[in-house]
Amino acid sequence: MRRAYGAGPVHLAVHLAAFAIAAYAIAQVLAGGIVENFLIWFFGAALLHDLVFLPLYASLDRLARLRLRPPALNHLRVPALLSGLLLLVYFPLILVKADRNYFHSVGHHVQGYARNWLLLSAGFFLASGLVYLVRAGWSRARRRRVP
Amino acid sequence: MLGSLLLPLVLIVAVTGFLSHTAYQPDLGRNAVLDRAHDFQPFIFSWPTSPSWLYALTQGLHFNLGLVAVPFLLAKLWSVIPRLFAWPPVRTPAMAVERASLLLLVGGVLFEFATGILNSQIYYPWHFNFVRAHYYGAWVFSGALVAHLVVKMPIVVRAFRNRGVLRPLRSSLRQTEPEPYEPDGLVSPSPAQPTLSRRGLLGVVGAGSLALLGVSVGQTVGGPLRRAALLAPRGRVFGTGPNDFQVNKGAAVARIPLDQVGDSWRLLLDAPQPVSLSREDLLRMPQHTYDLPIACVEGWTTTQRWTGVRLADLARLAGAAPGTLLHVESLQPQGAFRQVTLNHAQASDPRSLLALKVNGADLSLDHGYPARIIVPAAPGVHNTKWVKSISFPRA
Repeated sequence: MRRAYGAGPVHLAVHLAAFAIAAYAIAQVLAGGIVENFLIWFFGAALLHDLVFLPLYASLDRLARLRLRPPALNHLRVPALLSGLLLLVYFPLILVKADRNYFHSVGHHVQGYARNWLLLSAGFFLASGLVYLVRAGWSRARRRRVP
Repeated sequence: MLGSLLLPLVLIVAVTGFLSHTAYQPDLGRNAVLDRAHDFQPFIFSWPTSPSWLYALTQGLHFNLGLVAVPFLLAKLWSVIPRLFAWPPVRTPAMAVERASLLLLVGGVLFEFATGILNSQIYYPWHFNFVRAHYYGAWVFSGALVAHLVVKMPIVVRAFRNRGVLRPLRSSLRQTEPEPYEPDGLVSPSPAQPTLSRRGLLGVVGAGSLALLGVSVGQTVGGPLRRAALLAPRGRVFGTGPNDFQVNKGAAVARIPLDQVGDSWRLLLDAPQPVSLSREDLLRMPQHTYDLPIACVEGWTTTQRWTGVRLADLARLAGAAPGTLLHVESLQPQGAFRQVTLNHAQASDPRSLLALKVNGADLSLDHGYPARIIVPAAPGVHNTKWVKSISFPRA
């Protein structure tokens, strides 16, 4: 078994169980009608991350690393990451993607999210920059004291 | 390390998600959104009414811990990505099987997070039914997760035993070394110079979680945090009037016929001897006041002071036998939640009301005027608004 398959019987058993559950569950979604883009969304989510988002943020990071080294690099990365994370999770509100739905439900228009996100992002970069200045000043002072 | 922190988060999110399915009581009346014959519900029990904040807690955890998990999930995917580009991709049948299950695992987790988060922002860029897809997607993900855990747990245990749980976090950036390369391991064969220590990475991921939590948790816990909920989809400040709190669906979108909510409105108690009651009749019955939350499946909660008639009193008035359920219909002409069947505990709890007032004032039309249901610990949409009739089917 191990030679032909490459792992023990438990490995095969749990995976077959997972495939059976997945097949049943996906069949239930398909049985509910309107399937056209369920599968695209399901497997597209993984492919979109691995083949589009990952190369994108990896190359952005590589670009930053050409010019900067830690700790300055990280003082740019962390606020960029926080701001990007909020945008990733809240883009429908920030970019006002579904105002009609929102207004119908909530009775208010989607308002102020873009402003709040920009303010938060500005706050992240500002705070990170301030911490960097304090740290840089601190280490310069220490170097002067211990020559 | 990232996986060990992600795992409890994802487990709580999964369990509370399945609990929410139970809270909707799909076994009663026409509550089921999914085909009952094919719905393998993991927890089957009668949803309780105490504590009244039970659903606010389980669904608050589901939504907010889901947000907390996002940075851990992204960091985890980022840390295993070198494997995706390993060449040749599979050398044994076992590796091919594992690859296929990882597609289900990663596809499943990203699908669940994406659909859940977008649903909370009322954004539906897809054409499938959200409830059905999110529910069965959870099954695909859970199955693949169990397989992944069974196969990888020995590796996790070995790593913690060899390197210690906290020891890798003690090294500063200068002392940070890549882990030794092993064929088929997670480490890249030629890792770049580290630019962040392990504890630094954990700190950044934790800061991401705190940021996501901080800008939205106010819609669940309320109080002063409500004002900090800068990006929360719901639970924003609406004003200070008695009816100025979050609405899920207003009367306009529910297409409530306005000519039927005026003075001509009557509540029909559909019993062997039917009873028809005007709003004045109801106001003449004993009134009771309770502070109860409305907790939405989307993670937001609002607690208000409700006044109205006990559902148990209405059942007694209709001559319903003890132990019957309670089936409520709304004036709302269409939609899955225009009706609800409440279980025995919900129908008989003294705090379960047909509410006529909130915070001392008449209900506003958007909050369900002339009368709405309010039941402790029930999912928000089971507190039916614009009630037309109540019937008493036998359990």
